[in-house]
Parts: sequence; structure tokens; C-alpha cells
Amino acid sequence: MVDKIVIQNLSLQYTDGTESLRDISLSIPANSITVLFGPAGGGKSSLLRCLNRLNDLTEVKVVSGKILLDGENILDPKTDVIALRRKVGMVFARPVVLPMSIRQNLTYGLELANEKRRFKLDEAVERGLKLAALWDEVKDRLDDPAIALSGGQQQRLCLARVLANQPEVILLDEPTSGLDPISTGKVETALQELKKEYTIILVPHSVQQAARTADFAAFFLQGELVEAAEGKELFIHPQNKRTEDYVEGRFG
Amino acid sequence: MKRRFSIDRFLIQRLGVSLITLVAVLTVVPILGVFGYIIAKGAPSISWEFLTAMPRDGMRAGGILPAIVGTFYLTLGTAIFSVPLGIAAAIYLAEYAQENWLTRLIRIAIINLAGIPSVVYGLFGLGLFVLFLKFGTSLLSASLTLAIMTLPVLISAAEEALRAVPQSFRTVSISLGGTRWQTIRKIVLPQALPGIITGVILGLERAAGETAPILFTGAAFFLPRLPTSPFDATMALPYHLFVISTQIPEMPIQIQYGTALVLIIFVLGMNLIATIIRSRARAKRQW
Repeated sequence: MVDKIVIQNLSLQYTDGTESLRDISLSIPANSITVLFGPAGGGKSSLLRCLNRLNDLTEVKVVSGKILLDGENILDPKTDVIALRRKVGMVFARPVVLPMSIRQNLTYGLELANEKRRFKLDEAVERGLKLAALWDEVKDRLDDPAIALSGGQQQRLCLARVLANQPEVILLDEPTSGLDPISTGKVETALQELKKEYTIILVPHSVQQAARTADFAAFFLQGELVEAAEGKELFIHPQNKRTEDYVEGRFG
Repeated sequence: MKRRFSIDRFLIQRLGVSLITLVAVLTVVPILGVFGYIIAKGAPSISWEFLTAMPRDGMRAGGILPAIVGTFYLTLGTAIFSVPLGIAAAIYLAEYAQENWLTRLIRIAIINLAGIPSVVYGLFGLGLFVLFLKFGTSLLSASLTLAIMTLPVLISAAEEALRAVPQSFRTVSISLGGTRWQTIRKIVLPQALPGIITGVILGLERAAGETAPILFTGAAFFLPRLPTSPFDATMALPYHLFVISTQIPEMPIQIQYGTALVLIIFVLGMNLIATIIRSRARAKRQW
């Protein structure tokens, strides 16, 4: 299996002094779902935000180490972050639909890249919505305001919006934390379908979701990577005592 | 003993609230009084001729057209200079500026700019625009002076409108491969626009009603014709009102109140437009 992303000795400290990641080394295989899990404050979100350089917007004091995406170090100051963010899309915990129509939400990313051809945009709208399993529900009202959708639909719209950009990697930061079980199920099913084409990195909102979805899993505790392994291995035979305690619900 | 004490407190509470309510109601009285008085005294003199004719008989008869047109030009001129500058400054402060000594300095400058008495702006405009830059006593000098006076109001209002746009929109736009400027142009500005327009109108409204800043920089006592170039001096409603109320003997009183009424309608009309824009935008807003 090919490694899409290789993280080498990554450390990260915020300007206010809090250390978020300590010497993380982790490989993320292509075309699979890698789950980053652990209690809050473990550094999972910080790691995701390194992968698309969204941390650039935050007050970060020190970043050291390397993150290789297809062999290129994306932490290099010379990296084209715009191109990187098109390649590495992100879905956030709370669905944020932009204040425009469903269609415009989907085409927003392409328009940022100056794509004006109507058929390209239409194609992206349909492909994104189909992949996110939302097409059938909204195909007759693409020009309605996106805010009118339900919470679950909004989150799938956010996923579709990322997909319309044709990324290679999709980052999801607790994408189902605000959703009901049925909507959560739809998102998870979509992810299982999507991993055939994309590399998916998911921060789940529960250990159960981690266990359900993980091809590979990495357990984070207070900025440290405690253990990483194939999903089934890690949840059934954790090697580290702390992983075992967390997976079995003794803390967290 | 204890019981009486609690009754006293209850009474004091009631008394206090009644007093505050009374004071609050009282603030409405002067406003209604001013409007009522000016409308009652000024309405009879409002006519088509009053609004569209030049003054006659040493301004004791005829219309106030040059003052109306002058105030309109001044407001427009102020907008031309202050709106682009003010919005640009607000975008810088709200979207780009880091919290450092420079930003703090700019903010202190804006706050203090808002506190300077308008007559001082007038004197400053006289020194800089009229004399030093040799624009003369003109529409241009007066507009520039009013623009400087309007800037702090405009910048503060626009910055507030920009900051009210949820941060998450910016994060999403950037995560989709947008630059900071694309994000501002496609998301933040359109969402903040109603708030910005409201701030612009409120700032211009203040400029339209001011006398002191134009006194030395562009206002004319009387002109027999309308201004035709930015370098012409101009008549203006607030200054005209001052002139006909204090400088001209045997001035018919209804012309004074008629002029005051037109000025108030001009300013309140702008206020009304701002209110309509704001409430329409609020109804349509999706966040």
C-alpha cells in the first residue's frame, strides 16, 4: 500500500505557549480511512490543520519536522498553499454553509480557481452532490439557499463542496458530532465509498465511530502519538496500556 | 424592625424605576418639540418656488435652490473622498492588521479624530486645502474637509460590519483554496455591505448638517448662480440658515423655518434610507 502522506518528527507549539504536538511520526496510506482518535486536547485537530496549512491562520510559534505529501514537504515556506488546500480539502465539525445557494456553495471552490465554464461547474455540482449522497435530495432545488437544508444535509453539502474541488486527500474534523444517527450513517457510508478514490483522514467524535470506520488508526494523548496500527489490530489488540484503557472506556 | 427595612427597600426600588422611566420618556419630548415646532412654522413656506428658485430681495424672498444644490454637491463630494478611503481602512483594520503598536496607533488616531470639534476641522481645512494646496474657498476644499471629519465614523461603522461576518465563513473560504482577498471580495464584503452602507449614510448625514467645517473652506454668503466646477464656492443649507437667521435684518421668519425644515428632511431622509437598508438586510441575512 502506498503512503500518501508521511509525517516525520512533527512538533507544534502555539504562540501562547501551549504545546499541541510532540514529535509525531506517522504514515497515512492512500485510498483508505485513517482515523486519528483520543480525548479532547490531544492534538488531533492541530495535526489536521497542519495537513492543509490552515494553521497558518492561527498564532503558531514553532513548527518543526516534515510532512511529505507525495514526497514533497508541505511545511516548506515555498509551498503553494492555495494549490495545497485544493488538493487537501477539509470538512469541519460544525457544518458551515456559505450564505448563498446550494449550487453556488458547490461551485465556490472552482470559481476561486477561475473556472468559469458552465458545463465544468454543472459537472462538479452533480459529481460532488452524488458522491456525498445528497444529489437525490436536492437536485430539484439547487438554487435554493443552502441554509434551508437540515443539519445533516448541510454537512453532506460541506463534504460535496470539498469533493467538487477534486481533492486527493479529505480531512474530516468530527464531521458528525452534531448529527443524528441516521445522518451520521449516511456520512459514514459515503466515506466508505469515497476511500476508493481518495485518501481520507477522519477525527471521529467517538471511539465507536473510530472502530467502525478505521482502516488505520492512531491514538493521540496530550500531544503525543501513543500507538498507530491497522484499525482492527488497534481496537482488538492494543499494544499500549493507555490505548487499551481508552478503547475500553476506562478514561476519556 | 427587619420587616420595615425590607418595605423601605421595596419602595426605593419602585421609586427609582419610576424616576428612570420618567427621564427616559422626557428625552422624547425635546425631539418631538423640535420637529413639531419646525414643521408648524416652516411648512407654510414650502412651495415649488421655494425649492426651485434662486433667492431674491437680499434672500428675503424667492427660493433656496442654490443652498439645496450646494448641500447635495457637498454630500456627494464628501462621499467621493471618504467612502473609498474609509472602506479601505476598515478592511485593513478588520481583515489584515495584526494587533501591534501600529494598529493601536491607528485606532487611537481614529478615536481622537472623532473627538475633534468641527470648527477645528474647518480651520485645518482652511490651512491645508484652501491656502496651502491653493484649492481656494471651494466645493473641493469643503468636501475634503468634511470627508476627513466623516472618516472616523465611517471607518468604525464599516469595521464593525466586517467583524460581524462570522469567522467560519473566512476559514471555509480559505480551506477551499481562496486567498485572503478573494475571501473578502466574494464573502465578507457582500455580507457586510448593508452595514457598511448604513455607516456611510450616517456619516454623510452628519457632514450634510455641519456648518463649521465649511465656514472657512467653501461656503458662500450668497451666490447669484449655481456652482459649475469643484473650484467654485457654494451655498449650503446649514450655513444659509445661519446667515438668514443672524446676518440679515428684517428677514421673514417663515423662510428661516422653511430652510430648517428642508435641512431636517434632507438629513432624516438619509437616515430613513439607512434604516430601510438595515432592516431589509437583516430580514434577508442567512446567519
